[in-house]
This record gives sequence, C-alpha cells and structure tokens, in this order.
Amino acid sequence: MDVIVEEILVKGKGGREKGNPPGREGRAEGAGWTSPFSLLSSLFSKKDFARGIHPASYKGGLDQPIRRMPFPRKLVLPLAQHIGKPATPLVAVGQEVLRGQPIASANGPLSVPIHAPADGVVEAIALQPSARGAWTESIVLRVFEASVQEMGWSQPLDIDALDHAQLIAAIQASGLVGLGGAAFPSHAKFDVPAQHSVHTLIVNGCECEPYLTCDYKLMREWPQDLIAGTRIAMRASGAQRAVIGVEDNKLDALEAIRPHLPADGSITLQAVATKYPQGAEKMLIKSLLGLDVPAGGLPVQLGIVVNNVGTLALLGRLLPQGQGLIERVVTLAGPGIKRPGDYWIPLGTTLRSILDWAGNPECGEREVILGGPMMGQAASSLDIPVTKGTSGILVFDKRMLEPITQHSWACIHCSECVNACPMGLNPSQLGMLAGKLEFDEMAQQYHLGDCFECGCCTYVCPSHIPLVQQFRAAKAFLRERKPL
Amino acid sequence: MSIELRPSPHLHSGRDVPTIMRHVVYALFPVCAFSIWQYGLSALALIVTVTLSCLAAERIANRMSGTVNTLSDWSATITGVLLALTLPPAFPLWMGAVAGFAAIWLGKSLFGGLGHNPFNPALVGRAFVQAAFPTAITTWAPAFAPQRFSEFIPSSLTLPFMVPNDISAWVAANMVDGFTGATPLARWKFEHFVYPVEDMITGAASASSGETSALLLLVCGLYLIARKFMDWRIPVAVVGSAMIMAWGFQLYDAETYPPMHLALLSGGLMLGALFMATDMATSPVTPMGVWVYGALIGVLTILIRYFGGLTEGVMYAILVGNAAAPLIDKYLQPKVFGARKK
Repeated sequence: MDVIVEEILVKGKGGREKGNPPGREGRAEGAGWTSPFSLLSSLFSKKDFARGIHPASYKGGLDQPIRRMPFPRKLVLPLAQHIGKPATPLVAVGQEVLRGQPIASANGPLSVPIHAPADGVVEAIALQPSARGAWTESIVLRVFEASVQEMGWSQPLDIDALDHAQLIAAIQASGLVGLGGAAFPSHAKFDVPAQHSVHTLIVNGCECEPYLTCDYKLMREWPQDLIAGTRIAMRASGAQRAVIGVEDNKLDALEAIRPHLPADGSITLQAVATKYPQGAEKMLIKSLLGLDVPAGGLPVQLGIVVNNVGTLALLGRLLPQGQGLIERVVTLAGPGIKRPGDYWIPLGTTLRSILDWAGNPECGEREVILGGPMMGQAASSLDIPVTKGTSGILVFDKRMLEPITQHSWACIHCSECVNACPMGLNPSQLGMLAGKLEFDEMAQQYHLGDCFECGCCTYVCPSHIPLVQQFRAAKAFLRERKPL
Repeated sequence: MSIELRPSPHLHSGRDVPTIMRHVVYALFPVCAFSIWQYGLSALALIVTVTLSCLAAERIANRMSGTVNTLSDWSATITGVLLALTLPPAFPLWMGAVAGFAAIWLGKSLFGGLGHNPFNPALVGRAFVQAAFPTAITTWAPAFAPQRFSEFIPSSLTLPFMVPNDISAWVAANMVDGFTGATPLARWKFEHFVYPVEDMITGAASASSGETSALLLLVCGLYLIARKFMDWRIPVAVVGSAMIMAWGFQLYDAETYPPMHLALLSGGLMLGALFMATDMATSPVTPMGVWVYGALIGVLTILIRYFGGLTEGVMYAILVGNAAAPLIDKYLQPKVFGARKK
C-alpha cells in the first residue's frame, strides 16, 4: 500500500490505526467516551458526498416484476462487449449451438468469453454495427423457432472446493463483466494486484441514473443470489467485509435483502442519500466510508473494490451452475416506449426487434439511448444489439429533446456548475478555456483529467452550454495527441 | 422514422438565462411600486425612461454588432430597473436616459454583451452620471409629497442638455415634516444627526428611489434566494462584513463614527448587497471566492463612507469587487476531490 493511502486511512474518521479497516470498527473505538455532539451529528449526518444534483427520478412501474419478451429471430453478438481484448470465436459459420454454450473464448487475461444466448445456428461472423462503432466483428446467430428460454448448457461447480486461481478462472469463464455500464471484466477486478490488499467490498445498489430500475428489481427479486454473489466476490477479492449501499429512495430493496444477510455480520446494508451521481465509485466510497480516492487513483489503492449489484446477483446465480452470461436485465422506458418495464433480454437482441415489440410507433422523431439519460450513449442505428454493458434502453421523443436543442447563451458565471460538480472542478472556467481551445491549460491548471463525465454541469447550466461535451472533446484531443 | 444523435447528458434541469433574469425583474416590482408610491409620477417616469433607454441601447448595439436580438433575455430590463432605483427620484429624465445608454453601451455592449461584462452595467451607468451630473445626483426630493400623483417634481422635466430646474419652490409648496434634502448618511457626516431606525426600515428617509426601505428590499431578496435565483452567500458576506466593520468603529469611537444601524439600513447597502453584488456575470464562481468578494465589498463600503470624500460608498465598493472577481476566482479555485495535500 502506498504511503499516501495509508495516510488517508490513518487520517480518516476517528484516527484509526494503520491497517485497521475503516468504517464500523474505526468508529467504535471511541467507546467509553461519548462526544456531546455525537448524538446531534448522528441526527444530521447523512451518508452523502459533496455537491451533485437532484434530477427528477422518472422511475416508473416499480411494482412490476422483471418480465420476458418474445425471443428475437436473430442475435448479433459483438466479440468486444467488454473493456479489453475482443474474444476469439470458437464456432464456424453454419454450426449449430445450444443456449449457454461458449461461442467465443477469452483472449488473454483482460478478456472474457461469450456464450450463445439461444439455440440456433451461426449465420455469419462478420462486421456488424454496435454501440462501439459502425463495424465491429460479431457472431450472428439465427435463432431456432423452437428455442426455449431454458439453459441448455451447464457445468455445476463446487465453489468452496476451488482455490483462488481456480475461482478467478471460473469467474472469467462465466463471461461476467461490470453490468453497471462500464463492462470491465469482473475477474480482473477481483484479481487484486499483489501490492494492494483489499479489506472492503462495496456493493453498489445506488442506481442514481433517472429512469433506470433494473438494479432495484434485481435487488428485490434476487436477494439470495445477490448475497451468494457478494460472498463469492469477497472470497475472490480477499475482502473481509462487504457493504451494500442503496439510495434511500429504495429502502424496500434494502428490506428485501436484509433477511438473507449472513449471521456473521460480514455483509452490512447502508442507505445513502438519493442524489446523482451517488453510484459513481468515488462518490459512493466517500458516502459510505468517508474516504477520498486520491485524484487519478483507483479504489483498490485504498483497499476497496466496488461492484454493481446486478453483476454480483448474476455472479451468485451463474457461477454455482457453471453457466455463462447470456442475458441481462434491461430497463425499457421513456415516452417512446409503449410497454415500459424491466426485462430479461438475451444479449445480441437488436434495438429494432425490441422496439418492434415494445416501442411506440407514433413517437416520430426520436432519440434512442443505451444506458441512463445522464451518461448513456445515443444509438446511431436500430441494428445495434444489447450487449453486456447495456443497462437501459430509453426512447425520447421530440418533447424531451427540446430543452437541449434550444439556443445557448454566454456563460453568466452563475456558479451552478461549480456547485454541482461532484469532483470539485470549475466547469465554468473549463468551459471558457475549451471555447478558446486551451486544452493544455485545462488539463494542467484545472484538473480536466479528474472529470469523469457525469454531466451534472451540463444538466444545471442555465446558459445551455454543452460543458461536459466540450470536456470529452478536449480529453479525446489530448489523448490522441499524446503518442506523437 | 428518424433517429436523433446527441451526446449525453440527455436531460436538462430546464432552467435558462431568461428565466433567472425574469425572476429578478419580478423581485424588483415591489421595490418599484414602493418607490412610485413614495415619490409619485416622477419616480414612475424615471423608471420607465431609464428602462426604455436601456432596451433601446441594447437593441441598437445588437443591430450594430449584427448579433441576435438579446432583449428577450431580460438582462437589459434588469439593468434599466436597477439603474433607475439607484438614482434620486427627482433626477432629470434626460439624464436618466443618458445613464441608461451609458450603462448598456459602456458597461456591457463594448465587452461583448451579457456574460462578458466585467462590471455591473447598472453601476457603470450610475458612475457615469455621478461624474457627469454631480449636483443632480445629490438633489433629493421629499417622499410622500401631497401633490406627487398630480404633478411631476419640476427637475424631472428639465429640457435635454439644460441645467436641472430648481426644485426649492416645489419643495416649499409640498412641505413635508422633517425634510432637509439630505440622506441619513449625509446628515451624519455633516451634522452628526442619527436617523431613527423605524424611518429607515419603512422608507421615510430621503434617498435614491429604490433604496429607502431596507425591509422591503430584504423581502424581495429573500424571494430570489428561496427560488434559488440568487446566491445567498454574497448578501450575507457583504452585510455581515459591513456590520462587523461598523460595529468595530462604533466601539472604538462612538462620537466620530455613526451607530451600526445607520451603516446597515441607510444608503444603497441593502440594494447593492442583494441586487447588485449578486449580479452573476460580475461576481466570482468559486465557493471561497464568493465569501471573499462579499467581504471585500462590505469592508470597502464602510471605509469609503467613513474615510472617503463621498457620503455613499456601495457603488464604488461593488465596482472594485467586480474588478477583483476574476483574480479572486483565479486564486481560490475549488478543492478538487481527492486532491493530494502538498
């Protein structure tokens, strides 16, 4: 562990001793002497981070269970659905595959395999549009009409008998990646580098993006799988304890999980303030443990691994059965959706086949968003498939688009963006520099690199300046220039 | 069916610049109404004249620079109304029009319009006429004159480019008890007369058209703060620092320096702290910077009033604060999340 990290751990609340995991133990050390303010501060202290925004939640249909929709005729499975090297195809054109069978293998340590989401025949291995670009190499599967939605492929595992390396390999074989949107291979996250040691696993159940409800539904419907997955993840990462953090507008999800918590107290629940971007790693660590991840650093430097609830629920569900990730829960919402809700959708299902069934054809001019409305990407084509990182499909109509297509004004220095930026940046100043193409000054003087593009600044800007969009462009410019 | 493509975020708070500016104008309505009730036709004509001249100046500037029509963002309206409220009620209308043009052209258009102006345009306009017409800007008319709704104060209707009409005959004809033609600050400075607190809260003291009632200004400012159209930290810092300064001086020597309430309730302090120092375009954006800026204005106000040649200091204090705002921002950048301590 670096010196800085230790320093942070020691300086954290209550002046803990070195190496002692922060949190409950740290706070309990004041036993015997009660500060006159502790009662008062416990009344007012909310598990929270500084700044951020409170967009309307737009979360609907909370009572509905997760449902299924008719199987699509065709599945398009990009070989690169995760961060890292694309998978290597294991099948040939014309080959018949079973639902759950591996069809592409991991290519190296930072890569995961891909499994067939349905019984069918490999129609092509060709360039197809995906969320990553117009032409990405993909396996195209023609689904048999008689294909059932039951798993045809399974190799049950005795997880307790596996050693650490075998456990990591088994997680890699499941094809699991971070389902919150980043799609970082899960096994690589759990395989902590030797110089760090992990003490706490944070389970991220915040789902702070408006509209999205898939994580909430998973927590409510699959709590036992979530806990099973959390325990596997604790073993794989070496964490002694886990904290499940959920925004306080989803307390019934917490109550659904509570009966399944292990008796040893190693997994705890914690409600955090409902605020965007509470689900960002650094913000959630701040809210739950009061620790600041150093600028430019990773949570693992503090001995923390953060995982999304959806990822862990599927880990707990898939790994004991030895199954691969072939479907995920996706939220369908927005004014352009006729049948909103959360659905188990096979990976590779194209937006077109989903919208043919669930979309509202009268919507007219529209925007199709993959993920949440704050950080999600607009789809450039309806032939793009759902991949492992797709948490939502939102269809916005013209009415929703109007506020952001209007005229923009000059910055009036209202400071709303400064008061919203969770990273403590000065978006107003950065925006002015971006306007003058002073990208180097943005990075060197105003910490452009710390921006994680949550979009709070653009959301609040009354001048309708595309701040985060400019920052993205500036970062891309600096990234591309660097190798020269 | 077409697909729109745009980068995230796909949601917006729905707030825009005209909404913010419009609400500031709404918040100034009661202040204008009170001013008209106090000073009658002359105050009404002054507010209308100055606002229209600001709008005309803005439109002409738009035409000349070939930009879009910016009257719809309401910022020129705010400048006009605020400027009128800082002028004496008997101010000749043609001078008011000059002030309006100076405010928009020298204070805003020359720098590139809303958001690019370093100084509060209304105060630039006022500073211009204070230099140009020093007598007219210190000629005060009595409030609640009996004839105020049936006739203008004679100086209001002065012909353009002429010396203001003499108002002493009109003041004598409209005699109001206790009127001396001097503001509470001037009366302290020259006669050591302490104005009663209740007169200053309710607006019975002579002053510029919009600064007589500290209470009304406070209520209107609270509306903007409650609706989150105004940064509450700035008025708190300005008034707080002025209060501490005034209190300190009063403790040090109560004979020489006026009592604290006189410093807080008189002159443009409330109007300036609530509606001018808070002008977004000319105030800092950083959390620490806002406090420093407010404190600077409060301290300077008291220093100018007590040690300067002028009886009133808010205008220059805010202009100096505006000038310092970019520097304050530069040195008080917000603390970055996870920044390493040096």
